[in-house]
Amino acid sequence: MKYWEKPFGKEKPKVPNGEIHILKERCKGCGFCVEYCPKDVLEMSDEFNTKGYHPPKIMNEEDCVNCGLCETICPEFAIWCTLKEEVALEN
Amino acid sequence: MEPLRKTEKDIHPMDDLLRMDRIPHIWCPGCGIGTAVTAFAAGLAKAEIDLTKTCIVSGIGCTGRVAGYVKLDSFHTTHGRAIAFATGIQVANPDLKVIVFSGDGDLISIGGNHFIHAARRNINMLVICVNNFIYAMTGGQVAPTTPLATYATTSPFGCVEPPFNIPYLADSSGAVYVARWTALHVRRLTNSIAEALKKPGFSVIEVISPCAMYYSRINRLGDGLDMMKFYHDNTEIRHGEDTKNLDIGFQTKIIVGKFVDRERPTYMDSYNKWLSGTKKD
Amino acid sequence: MKTNLKAVLTGTHTLSGNEAFIEGAFAAGCRFLAAYPIMPAIETIERYLKRSAEVGATFIQMEDEISALAAVIGASWTGKKSMTVTSGPGFSNMMEHLGLGVMLETPCVIVDVQQSGPSLGIPTRAGQGDMMQARWGSHGDYEVITLSPSSPQEMFDFTIKAFNFSEKYRTPVIIMSDEYVAHKKEKVIIPRADEIKITPRRYFKGQKDKYLPFKRDKDFVPRMVDIGDGYKFHVTGLTHDDKGYPIMLEECQEYNVHPILWKIRNDTEKIIEFQEIGTKDAEIVIVYYGATSGAASKAIKQARDLGIKVGSLKLDTVWPFPDKKITELAEKVKAFVVPEINYGQIVSEVERCSYGNANVVFVSHGENGIDNTEDIVSAIKLALNEEKIKKGIIEYQSQTGRV
Ligand SMILES: Cc1ncc(C[n+]2csc(CCOP(=O)(O)OP(=O)(O)O)c2C)c(N)n1
Ligand code: SF4
Ligand code: SF4
Ligand code: SF4
Ligand SMILES: [Mg+2]
Repeated sequence: MKYWEKPFGKEKPKVPNGEIHILKERCKGCGFCVEYCPKDVLEMSDEFNTKGYHPPKIMNEEDCVNCGLCETICPEFAIWCTLKEEVALEN
Repeated sequence: MEPLRKTEKDIHPMDDLLRMDRIPHIWCPGCGIGTAVTAFAAGLAKAEIDLTKTCIVSGIGCTGRVAGYVKLDSFHTTHGRAIAFATGIQVANPDLKVIVFSGDGDLISIGGNHFIHAARRNINMLVICVNNFIYAMTGGQVAPTTPLATYATTSPFGCVEPPFNIPYLADSSGAVYVARWTALHVRRLTNSIAEALKKPGFSVIEVISPCAMYYSRINRLGDGLDMMKFYHDNTEIRHGEDTKNLDIGFQTKIIVGKFVDRERPTYMDSYNKWLSGTKKD
Repeated sequence: MKTNLKAVLTGTHTLSGNEAFIEGAFAAGCRFLAAYPIMPAIETIERYLKRSAEVGATFIQMEDEISALAAVIGASWTGKKSMTVTSGPGFSNMMEHLGLGVMLETPCVIVDVQQSGPSLGIPTRAGQGDMMQARWGSHGDYEVITLSPSSPQEMFDFTIKAFNFSEKYRTPVIIMSDEYVAHKKEKVIIPRADEIKITPRRYFKGQKDKYLPFKRDKDFVPRMVDIGDGYKFHVTGLTHDDKGYPIMLEECQEYNVHPILWKIRNDTEKIIEFQEIGTKDAEIVIVYYGATSGAASKAIKQARDLGIKVGSLKLDTVWPFPDKKITELAEKVKAFVVPEINYGQIVSEVERCSYGNANVVFVSHGENGIDNTEDIVSAIKLALNEEKIKKGIIEYQSQTGRV
């Protein structure tokens, strides 16, 4: 007999963890990525790029779920994410 | 959710779809046009269509610059005439998928006639209209989309003309696919673009987008991010909503979604039928 | 190029100028027409549609002439030889995209079947009032090759020439027809396809990522590619570099726009054609083109019968203007007589190129329209009797029609 449903809790669900890449020089500091990252991974930095804008900085990369929202919402093609690993969700 | 494309560390995932040799682009900080372009590139990738047989035409304006940043056969034409230019391309070579990417003033005011006629003929093209409620490139004048009572440099006492409701205009002119999203709805916009790219016939996607430089400044609405927050709090997704009900007032609720998705023979379908003498069937 | 035998209607036919134009276009390889209906150009569209299925040519009736020419330029980039046809009011609408065609360096052909103007004028009567508009009507600087046929046969021949020039120089070419030439029916001889000289489009053949849409070849003309060939090129109506990217600098304006003019200016000798008859011993030379040909030829004959030494210069190419030829003749002859169905256009070019060495007598559009042989003969006599060189153009005053 074939079971389609696996017994609950047998396999831990996995979430992706992303690695964020920022081209600081392209950034115009609009803040879209910081505001809309679902995991609050980013924060505006105090640093200036050569155009005088504040690029975002990465606060807690381990929380990044590689969702790609920052990548799509960025009007400057300045930020994107790659998959680092799939990690099993604790609890 | 997951990123749309896998990529290397130092290469932007849309690198092959954009003219990265031209970045940084001309758009202001907080402008939504760049976001619409990213969504477009993502939609192109997602649709998995033959990119050599895909081309893009823009008119004039801030949005009119889009064609210049997209790595397809691309044309930056005259003010308002992108659709007419694209019509020539599509009819001369029906194997090509043509995208027209331009602004509200360009497509709906000076190009309004081309817009309704291409819709009526059902020319096989996707029109992406960035609606920032204003003529941005020329410094913030009233557009045919400027909501009543809104300030613009040519309406210092508030706009006295009622605006066009773009989805309604497209729908009643015969477009087969009509959707509206804001620059905040990047995922849905991307999916919509991918879907419309595969749809034969005249498709229209309106993208409500912040003009941080003029629209929001003249009307004291803050910066681009403030506009995005406004979209966040004041948009409602209503798929299939009657396009009559999609008017936009000054800072009123914006209804977004996919409103029209229907079948109709394209211009070339009818043309070829006529040519082969099988007019009646 | 593959020759489509159905496209070339080899043989002798009785055709109107409008019909001959379409046959010329098909013979030249044209396969795309976008137009907006207007008198007196309408029969061209009808003829095109009658033949388009067997020729394999596409048509679209656009919503106006602005979009018609826009569509033609777009279509040309797909590799199809493309054209549009109109008359004065529509020609005015086309000025916007004449400039775009020049700036994008796009081969295409525009036919203006001239009527009387300005504005609505008389849509059913011949006129030559758009000659300067062809040259100067679009804003900014440009050169545009403009041909002026005077008969259905010339309409056929010049249309092929127009397409050839447009491909050779990668530029829009204008044919200034008029109501008279358009509707006149005459014998037209259409040669065999292999006897017709066709200039094919000249393509870039290099690597996909190496194409520069505005990089000039040795002949000043950049090569083309078609949309869909995988070059992923960009072109813009803004001042641009070789890549087609906009550059808002004076330096680039000079780099980009000046050569667009030079590619034609450098070659004027090869482009300009005229028919020069009896100028060797002439005292008076009639300079004419297009619709005035009938009356001018009659007037020349009458004057010669009266013993006046009259020569003639019929302009086949109006733009670029045959400056040198006029200057050279001005040094030999007493006067030029220039009949036009307008109130003074090409005559000012004749006067400019004469440098005060010969009188210039102008016969304007009068109440007899193109049947103004009498007026031309009288103007010849007036020119002959004028002893001194006068400053400016001498306008021949018709004895009739003045109140
Ligand atoms: C024929 C013509 N008229 C006027 C202009 C000036 N002009 C340039 S852009 C523009 C308005 C563009 O508005 P829109 O299409 O909304 O684009 P946006 O800048 O808002 O993205 C105008 C009127 C022009 N370039 N050409
Ligand atoms: S990929 Fe998603 S989670 Fe990661 S930083 Fe970007 S928006 Fe945040
Ligand atoms: S969205 Fe892009 S431009 Fe805006 S702050 Fe983030 S990285 Fe910078
Ligand atoms: S003026 Fe407005 S629309 Fe134009 S780039 Fe700036 S913010 Fe964007
Ligand atoms: Mg706008």
